[in-house]
Amino acid sequence: MSAPDITRGTAPAHSHGSRKTYLIGFALSAILTAVPFWLVMTGALSAQATGYAVIALAVAQILVHTTCFLHVNRRAEGGWTMIALVFTAVILLITISGSLWIMYHLNSNMMPMDAGGGGELR
Amino acid sequence: MSEITAAGPAIVPVTAAPTVRHFHHAPGEEHEHEPGEATLLGFWIYLMSDALIFATLFATFGVLRQNYAGGPAPRDIFDLSLVALNTGLLLVSSITFGFAMLAMDQAKVRAIQAWLVVTALFGASFVAIELYEFGHLIAEGATPQRSAFLSAFFTLVGTHGAHVTVGLVWIAVMLVQVGQRGLTGENKRRLMCLSLFWHFLDVIWIGVFTFVYLLGMIR
Repeated sequence: MSAPDITRGTAPAHSHGSRKTYLIGFALSAILTAVPFWLVMTGALSAQATGYAVIALAVAQILVHTTCFLHVNRRAEGGWTMIALVFTAVILLITISGSLWIMYHLNSNMMPMDAGGGGELR
Repeated sequence: MSEITAAGPAIVPVTAAPTVRHFHHAPGEEHEHEPGEATLLGFWIYLMSDALIFATLFATFGVLRQNYAGGPAPRDIFDLSLVALNTGLLLVSSITFGFAMLAMDQAKVRAIQAWLVVTALFGASFVAIELYEFGHLIAEGATPQRSAFLSAFFTLVGTHGAHVTVGLVWIAVMLVQVGQRGLTGENKRRLMCLSLFWHFLDVIWIGVFTFVYLLGMIR
């Protein structure tokens, strides 16, 4: 199944997976999707624990998708695909966590407001 | 191009030669290999820039997620079973597209077309359910104008839905392309790009259902 990948060098690994990688990826994603939905819909854990679990499962599922479906690895395109992905992930984390961090502190330093009314002008 | 062939091979303009050539040449490995690879890397860079667009939309949503302005909160308006169904549809469409790519490796044109149609059906159901959800929210008064939370929600989820819709148009175009010209080097390259695009949208959806729907319901 993986024989053509080897004979044709580094390139095909980028876009051609084997049936096995697709099926493994699909099975893992199905589990990694079902568990967080189940956790939230049943409320099996505390709200905080559910939150952390859901985020961890999402990160795991994103990794499964990038390796099994998008076929990102260190060999594809001489490593440039991986470098571009890592770079994007870093910028993405800085943008999202930076925005949340700054805006959270901005909110904390504003005049006290009642819960839920933060968006309205006064 | 039909005019060129009608005029005879002797006076084919030099500028038109590359376009005409690929109808007569079998797609050779060496010939098609290099440009196709460059396109794939370029398309990957485009996807990464698209990911940054989504990063800013996620950041916006993250900042505004609790600014309800006295309007409805996620718990009041989201139907998780509908979201679970949509997530399942998109996930299945990802593997059916994978099967189309496997069929492409074996040069089975009929199988490629069949799997593309199946993928498009799942994708279209996803968009249809999302539109139903949006319509339902708007009918309830949870419009984008209602609160900053809802503006950010509709922008983020709507942008993803627009991408899926474009993907559906692209699938339709590829069905026509493969049907008319067969599995040429160009069509293979286009299918590989479309495959990356489709799987990428599923990755974005993981972020959407986790951060918008699931975490929204916990709070």
